[in-house]
Amino acid sequence: MTETLPAGWEVVIGLEVHCELATTTKLFCGCLNAFGNEPNTNICPVCLGLPGSLPVLNRQAVELAMRIGTALHSAISPSTFHRKNYFYPDMPKDFQISQYDAPINRGGRLELPDGTEVGIERAHLEEDTGKTTHVGGSGRIGGADYALVDYNRAGVPLVEIVSAPDIRSAAQARAYAGELRAILVATGSSDGRMEEGSMRVDANVSVRREGEPFGTRCEIKNLNSMRSLGRAIEFETARQIALVEAGGRVVQETRHWEEGRGETLPMRSKEEADDYRYFPEPDLVPLEPDAVWQAGVAAAMGPLPADRRAALIGLLGSAPTPAQTEQVRSVVASDLDALVVAAAERGAPATLALVRTANEVAAVAGRAGSLDPGAFARLLALEAGGELSATQSKEVLAELLVSGGDPGEIARRLGFEAMDAGALHAAIDRVLAEHPADWERFLAGEDKVRGFLIGAVKKATANQADPGTVNARLNELRAGAR
Amino acid sequence: MSATAAELAATVRTGARRARDVVEESLAAIAAGDPEIHAFLEVLDDDARARADAIDRAVAAGEDPGPLAGVPVALKDNLCTRGVPTTCSSRILAGWRPPYDATVVERLGAAGAVVIGKTNMDEFAMGSSTENSCSGPTRNPHGHDRVPGGSSGGSAAAVAAGFVPLALGSDTGGSIRQPAAFCGVVGMKPTYGTVSRYGLVAFASSLDQIGPLTNSVADAALVLEVIGGHDRCDSTSLPQPAPEVVVAVERGVEGVRIGLVSELVDGLAPAVSGRVREAALALEAAGASVEEVSIPQFRYGLAAYYLIAPAEASSNLARFDGVRYGLRVDGPDVAAMNVASRTAGFGAEVKRRIMLGTYALSAGYYDAYYAKAQRVRTLVADGFAYAYSKFDALLGATTPTTAFALGEHTADPLSMYLSDVCTVPASLAGHPAISVPFGDDGAGLPVGVQAMTPALGEPMLFAVAGALERAAKADR
Repeated sequence: MTETLPAGWEVVIGLEVHCELATTTKLFCGCLNAFGNEPNTNICPVCLGLPGSLPVLNRQAVELAMRIGTALHSAISPSTFHRKNYFYPDMPKDFQISQYDAPINRGGRLELPDGTEVGIERAHLEEDTGKTTHVGGSGRIGGADYALVDYNRAGVPLVEIVSAPDIRSAAQARAYAGELRAILVATGSSDGRMEEGSMRVDANVSVRREGEPFGTRCEIKNLNSMRSLGRAIEFETARQIALVEAGGRVVQETRHWEEGRGETLPMRSKEEADDYRYFPEPDLVPLEPDAVWQAGVAAAMGPLPADRRAALIGLLGSAPTPAQTEQVRSVVASDLDALVVAAAERGAPATLALVRTANEVAAVAGRAGSLDPGAFARLLALEAGGELSATQSKEVLAELLVSGGDPGEIARRLGFEAMDAGALHAAIDRVLAEHPADWERFLAGEDKVRGFLIGAVKKATANQADPGTVNARLNELRAGAR
Repeated sequence: MSATAAELAATVRTGARRARDVVEESLAAIAAGDPEIHAFLEVLDDDARARADAIDRAVAAGEDPGPLAGVPVALKDNLCTRGVPTTCSSRILAGWRPPYDATVVERLGAAGAVVIGKTNMDEFAMGSSTENSCSGPTRNPHGHDRVPGGSSGGSAAAVAAGFVPLALGSDTGGSIRQPAAFCGVVGMKPTYGTVSRYGLVAFASSLDQIGPLTNSVADAALVLEVIGGHDRCDSTSLPQPAPEVVVAVERGVEGVRIGLVSELVDGLAPAVSGRVREAALALEAAGASVEEVSIPQFRYGLAAYYLIAPAEASSNLARFDGVRYGLRVDGPDVAAMNVASRTAGFGAEVKRRIMLGTYALSAGYYDAYYAKAQRVRTLVADGFAYAYSKFDALLGATTPTTAFALGEHTADPLSMYLSDVCTVPASLAGHPAISVPFGDDGAGLPVGVQAMTPALGEPMLFAVAGALERAAKADR
């Protein structure tokens, strides 16, 4: 991602992230909280807002909100619910029950993988709306012939996490969203799937010349992927800087990210200013989680991504390389770190377990659960001991991930037999004899032929030769020839 | 019907009288009298007969259908009844049939009661005369040119006319007690949170309570024990069983300290003040001590009420938008359809309160109106707290006048609002209160005396109410 701002400019970003909680049922009724069912099948008088129905708060939703607050170092606080009043057909009661001036989680911070801290202002509970589909005509809101509303999502519990305006680049915004997503997944509070809408990000973006007060911000909506988030912020930053440099002024507004056009566009401005007429929800009582409840929730939480990353790095035995840092991040983000730990506990080299997990296992993450850590560890031991080459090891791993079994047996079935040193040395000697000109160039110190020679040995041994071992032998031979 | 609910249930439970006969008597009385009174919006003849037959079969099989076995009951039309139209006397809910029963309806059914029909009311319970109904007004059985009070006017009239021994109403600022007083029946508002609001179409959620309208204090106590008690479907429902009040009715008031509230006696219609003072004397004669007490905060109650209740109503009534149920009037887009449906569906008083409430909650006005009204509400509660530090119960009028004439206040909403002045304080505080008939105004119109106790003071309230009822009967 390229992000070079004109000299002297700074972008200021705050993110509002809505995440759907992974509860069994909705926030105020017993309907299933499920994605992808037939429209209007998970509904009842309460989430349809039928006259006379009343909300009853879901205990599990409160606990998941408390997990998020605990992970973000928020103060879990006595809280209340308010009504946010506005008319919209996918909102059954024509008001949304949300927390307003007394959120359950106050303050907090989130540490990015690179150590930067982003402040958290609040993380509060609220209910989701239904989903409107505009049909016919242009299909856009203004030009549709009619609209269909699915209330399955109405009343699904959300936590809205509001960051402080501490973020200073599109890359950092992505890192924040990624880390937050990892926390949501690790705490079991949400599945964090942006593509299914279970994690939705709005970005508040403003620009200023360094040292000046905050500029006027625009809120950007419709950011449906990490990629959109980064691109939209870059576009919006450039737009605002160009506008100000041309003598213009940024107008506070809500803008829509158009993925296809790669730009943000102002949303149709509402005829009247928003006045949500917030007032305390009289159908609910104040929520005051006591210390015992809070402690129980905290105790039931697994370790957070940052702790899990630290544990993996500890296994490596030395300071991680930049590549390893990224492998650690991605393995924890995709919830595969337990596999690395298990393999290492069974004697596999941690660095090898990490790299195989980050690459080969993560590529088929859906099958990772069926991978027996013992078999994985034995495979890595074979590779580390030189009995399997890296290429062969990956092939055996692919087989293990599909159908399981014993790595040694799979290797034999695939015809991968460990080469003893004598056979390998003989094969190398043969190859060098077949390519005398290249060998001469290598001896003369021309390192670029090294890859060719290793490749030729691999070819001559049907991939059984381990490139690292071949490489070491080549060095040995060259040193001896001098 | 002259028998009380308790008497009827007793005869049905022993098999001395069939539930079907009781129901037929009620249906016949309605058929004969209701074309003139217009207490009912819907009479459920067939359902009621089938239900009565089922109760008779249960009795024949040796089962006990419950403490209200075979008792015909009328329900205010803001209580949801599964499959039965529930309109709140509003065009906007025309034809809506709820897919579920209110908790109180379930509990009445489980106690053996038979729902006879749905009663007329002020639209969405907004009014004090039952004239704000899209189906036209109900007449007061004690004077057909008089209003029955409101908003539970249909329920009060149905009991007063002898159509049913028992009806349920809802009370937000006096909507059970005021019509009970106007119609000469007992009307009781429980402590907020005692009776589940699940299935009560909300007017002002922080004030609404469901309660009984009956011909006797004992019946009101019986019904409260049936419908009261915790309900997990209502988060504001108190986590405790229904209060034990039936035994309290006969307890008497020996040694009870009663405060006669000056603000609920002075400056009212003389016939009303006179009866209230007689009631106080009667309680004294029954062994209570009575002293006059002033609670000046009561004077601000009405103003606070008429901000808080419309504010909540403006939000509660937003859902009637033509999208999901009830009346829809089409328009070129969704917003226009919302406006057209609401314009055609709501009556003038409902629109007035939605406007008032929206204004009171608007940015820039919230603190001056809604927030200040909530502080006044606290002041009223403080006034009560002071009085209850000296008294066990308070006494006053239920209404400033007896039943006024149809049309008398329809042109002047403020003068209509004033008829709630005596009932609003207990509503704001969430305290229980009861109106007991105590003679008439000399012109044949009933007078109601109101007793109040602190939150959860229902046993004391029923003891005082029982004493008032005995004194009123002795006086006759």
